[in-house]
Amino acid sequence: MFTLTINGQSHDVDVPEDMPLLWVLRDHLNLVGTKYGCGIAQCGACTVHIDGKPMRSCQQPVGKIGTRAITTIEGIGATPNGAIVQQAWQEADVPQCGYCQAGQIMSATALLNGKPQPTDADIDAAMGGNLCRCGTYIRIRTAIKNAAAAISA
Amino acid sequence: MTDIQSNFAQSDAYLSALIDEVRSVPAASGGSPMLRRRTFFKLAGGGAAGLVLGFHLGNQAFAAAATSDSAGGDEVMNAFIRIAPDNTITIYSKCPEIGQGIKTSFGVIIAEELDADWNHVVMEQADINPKVYGSQGAGGSTSIPRAWDQLRQAGAGARAMLVAAAAQQWQVDPAGITAKDSVLTHAASGRSASYGELAAAAAKQPVPDPKSLKLKARADYRLIGKRFHGVDNPKVVTGQPLFGIDVQRPGMVYASFTKCPAAGGKVSSFNADEIKAQPGVLDAFAIDGTGVMVEAMPGVAIIAKDTWSAFQARKKLKVNWDLSEASTDSSSQFSAQAQKIAASFPAQADQNVGDVDKSFAAAAKTVESYYEYPFAVHAQLEPMNTTAHWHDGVMELWVPTQQPDRGLPLIGKVAGIPPEKVVMHQTRVGGGFGRRLVNDYACEAAAIAMKVNAPVKLQWSREDDFAHDFYRPAGYHQFKGAVDKDGRLDAWQEHFITFTADGKKESTGANLTDNLRYSIKAPNIRRAKTMFPLRIPTGSWRAPGDNAQVFAAQSFMHELSVAAGRDHVEFLLEAVNRDVPELAPKDPTKVNFSPARASDVIKMCAEKAGWGQKLPSGSGLGLAWCYSHAGHVAQAIEISVDAKKRIKVARIVVVLDVGPIIDMTGSEAQAQGASTDALSTAMGLKVDVEKGEIQQQNFNAYPILRMPLAPMTIDSYFIQSDNPPTGMGEPAFPALAPALGNAIFAATGERVRKLPLKDLGYSLTS
Repeated sequence: MFTLTINGQSHDVDVPEDMPLLWVLRDHLNLVGTKYGCGIAQCGACTVHIDGKPMRSCQQPVGKIGTRAITTIEGIGATPNGAIVQQAWQEADVPQCGYCQAGQIMSATALLNGKPQPTDADIDAAMGGNLCRCGTYIRIRTAIKNAAAAISA
Repeated sequence: MTDIQSNFAQSDAYLSALIDEVRSVPAASGGSPMLRRRTFFKLAGGGAAGLVLGFHLGNQAFAAAATSDSAGGDEVMNAFIRIAPDNTITIYSKCPEIGQGIKTSFGVIIAEELDADWNHVVMEQADINPKVYGSQGAGGSTSIPRAWDQLRQAGAGARAMLVAAAAQQWQVDPAGITAKDSVLTHAASGRSASYGELAAAAAKQPVPDPKSLKLKARADYRLIGKRFHGVDNPKVVTGQPLFGIDVQRPGMVYASFTKCPAAGGKVSSFNADEIKAQPGVLDAFAIDGTGVMVEAMPGVAIIAKDTWSAFQARKKLKVNWDLSEASTDSSSQFSAQAQKIAASFPAQADQNVGDVDKSFAAAAKTVESYYEYPFAVHAQLEPMNTTAHWHDGVMELWVPTQQPDRGLPLIGKVAGIPPEKVVMHQTRVGGGFGRRLVNDYACEAAAIAMKVNAPVKLQWSREDDFAHDFYRPAGYHQFKGAVDKDGRLDAWQEHFITFTADGKKESTGANLTDNLRYSIKAPNIRRAKTMFPLRIPTGSWRAPGDNAQVFAAQSFMHELSVAAGRDHVEFLLEAVNRDVPELAPKDPTKVNFSPARASDVIKMCAEKAGWGQKLPSGSGLGLAWCYSHAGHVAQAIEISVDAKKRIKVARIVVVLDVGPIIDMTGSEAQAQGASTDALSTAMGLKVDVEKGEIQQQNFNAYPILRMPLAPMTIDSYFIQSDNPPTGMGEPAFPALAPALGNAIFAATGERVRKLPLKDLGYSLTS
C-alpha cells in the first residue's frame, strides 16, 4: 500500500511497487488525462510534475515516489501558470488529435514556472521530449509565448 | 492457395475496396444516389419540449423503428440537432474526430443553415448507426464532401420547421420571417421569438422535403469560412476522458494480445500455466481469430486486473509460433531486387499515350532516374485499444476508429453474432493517419470479450503498434523522360516496382494513384509495373500512394525542367495546361484534376514564396505541386544546406484550393500539420522488414520530428474557388517532399532520389 499526494489530495493505492505511476494514475485512480504513448520515455505523453519537476510517469515506479507531490493535467489548472497555459492552448487552438497535449501542457507549465520569459532555445530544450504526431509545434510555440506574455502582464 | 494465403489476399482485397470507396469523391453537383434517396424524418417522444431532426436512408418503416426507439429515451442516437427550451442547440457529429477538426466543422455547417447562435451550440459525438446517418467514416479527406449536402439540409430543414411554427403562431407569411443567431423575427409585425421558445411547436410541424429547401449562397454565410475554436479543446487541455484509451467501465479488466512478430504466424502452444500464475493475471488463452488481418489474427490474450500487470506478465510469455505460413519478407532484398530489374521495362504497359519511343528518338534531352522510398508505420500517438463488453446477447464496444460503421459486420463475424447485436460507441481518436480505417483491434477486443465475463479493455503496446500495422508500402520508380526542342515536357516513361498481396493487383496503397496518372500531362506516356509478392499487410497512410509517389514524380519533373534549362514554375504551368485528350477526366460530374486550379495554386505559391529571387549561396527554394484527395496544392520550401548536409528550413509556403473553407483555424492547422508531418517523414522515417518482422519497435528507432527541429514558419493560403468543399486532412502532405528535394538541388546541385533523406546523410538543424 502506498499513499500518494496527487493534485493536493491523498490517495491510497494497493499496487506492486514497480508499477509505473502512469498506470497507477490511469487504471487505479481514474486520472486518465495522463497518456500512455510509448512506455520508454520517448514521447512525453505521460508527463506529470513530481515536486514541480516534469517527469515521464511511465518511468516512475510508484514505490519510489514517497511523499513527493504529484501534479497531473487534471490538477495543473489549479496552479496560476497552469491555468494560463491551458487558456493559451485554447486561444491558439493548439490541439489536433489532442492526445499529446496533456504532456505538452505539463512540460510547458514546468518551463514557465522556472523561466517565465523563455527564449526559443529554452522552449526547444524544455519541449524536445514531447512528440506531437500531428505536428502542432508552431502553435505550441505560439501558445507558450502567449502564456509567457500573460504571466508577465 | 493455403488458408493463410487466401485469408491474406481476402484481407487486402477488403482494405483495397474500402480505400477505393473512401477515396472516391462525390459528384460536384446533384449529390450521390445515396444523398438523393435521403429523406427527412422526425423523431417523436423523448423530452417532448425539443426539436429533434434526423435523417434516414430508405423506407418509412425504418423511420418508424427509429421513432419507436426514441420513445425509449434513445432519440439522440438518431438525430443531428436538438433544440432545448433554454436555446442550447445540441448538434451531433456523425463522423469520428481524429484530429482533422470534423467535430467542429460539421457543427459549423449545420449551424450555418440553421442560423444558429454558435455561442450556444454544444457539439456531441453521434453514436454509430449507419442506417440513420449513412457513412460514418473518416478517411480519404472525404468527410466534408460526403456530408456537405446532408448536413446543410439538416440545418435548413430544422430552420424551415422553426419558421413554419412561428408563421403559424404569428399568423404571418413565412416568407417575411428572418432568422439570425437562433432568433426568428418578423419585421413587419415587430414580432420575434427564440428557437428555444419555438422548438416545441416546430417539432409538430411537417418535415420538409429536403429538395424543397433553399440552401444559402456563399455570399450569405455568417459562419462558414470564419475561425472557430476546436469544440473539444476545453476537455483536451484539462485532461478529461475523451479518447478510447480513457474508457472506464464498472468491473473492467484489462487485456494484452500477443501476435506473431512475423505476419501470418499461428500459435502452436504457450506457457499458459506460468502466465496465469503471474501477479495480477486473471486468465490467459489463445485465440484463433479468423486469420484475416483486417479482422482478428491468432494470438495469446492475457487478462489482468490492470494494464501494467498484463504487460508485465507478457514479458514472461513464451509462445511457440507456427511459422510455416508466416511472412519471410525482407525489405533489403526488395530494394536490391528492384534496383536490379528497374531498367528492364516490362513488355506489358498499363498506360500508353502517344509514342514514347518516337519522342525519345526526337528529343532535345532525355533524362533517366531511379527513385525509392521505404515502408513506414502510422505511429499515431494513441496506441490501438478497444473496450468491449459481451452482455445480454449484445457486444458493446467503445472504439477509437476511423470507420465505425464498417467495423460492425466484422466484429459480428469475429464474435459469431449478427451485426445488429453489435453496439459501438465512437470515442475521440488519438490520431488516425489512415491506420484506423482498419478495425482489427476492435475485432480482437470482441474475440477476447466473448471469453471474459466483464468489460475488457484491450490495450496494445507501442511495440504492438509498430509490429502490427498496415504499412505504407515501399516503392521504386524508374523514370525516363524527354523534353522537346522547345523545352517542353514531351515524354514520360515510368517503370513502377511495387507489391501485390494476391498476385494479380497491387497491394492496398501500392497502386499508382489516379491523381498522378491524370495530372502528369505529357503528350507521350508509357507506364508499366512489376509487382513483388508481399506478405506483410499494407494500408492507407495519410494521402495513400500520393504521399511518396508524388515525391518521385515531382522530383523527376524538376530534373526534366533543369535538363531543359527552363524555369521550373513556367515548365510546370506549361505541363499542367497541356492538352492531352487521353488524360481528360472520364466523369466530368466529379471533382477532377483541373489545369486552371492547378495553375492558380502553382502561381500563387511561387509568388508567396518569392520565386525567382536570388538567394545566398548554399540556399535554395524548391517548389512542387500535386492534385491529391480532390485538393489542388502547391508547396514551396526555402532552405539552406551546410557542408555537413545539415538543412535549415527558413520557411514553408502552402497554397491550397479545396474549395470554400469551413473553419479557417482548423484548415490552417491541417496545412501546417501535414507539412510538418511530410517534412518529418521525408527526413527520417522508415521501417525495415526482415524475415517478415518489422525491425523498428518504438519511437527511439523512428525519429518523428520534434519541437527543436520543427519548422518555425509555415504560411498557408487558400484559394476559395467556387467548387464544392473538399477535405484538408491529406492534400497538404504529398508535395512537400519533392519541394524539399528540389530545394536541396537548388542549394547544392545534388539530386536526392531516396527517402528518408537521413539515409543519404542529411539532417535538419535549427
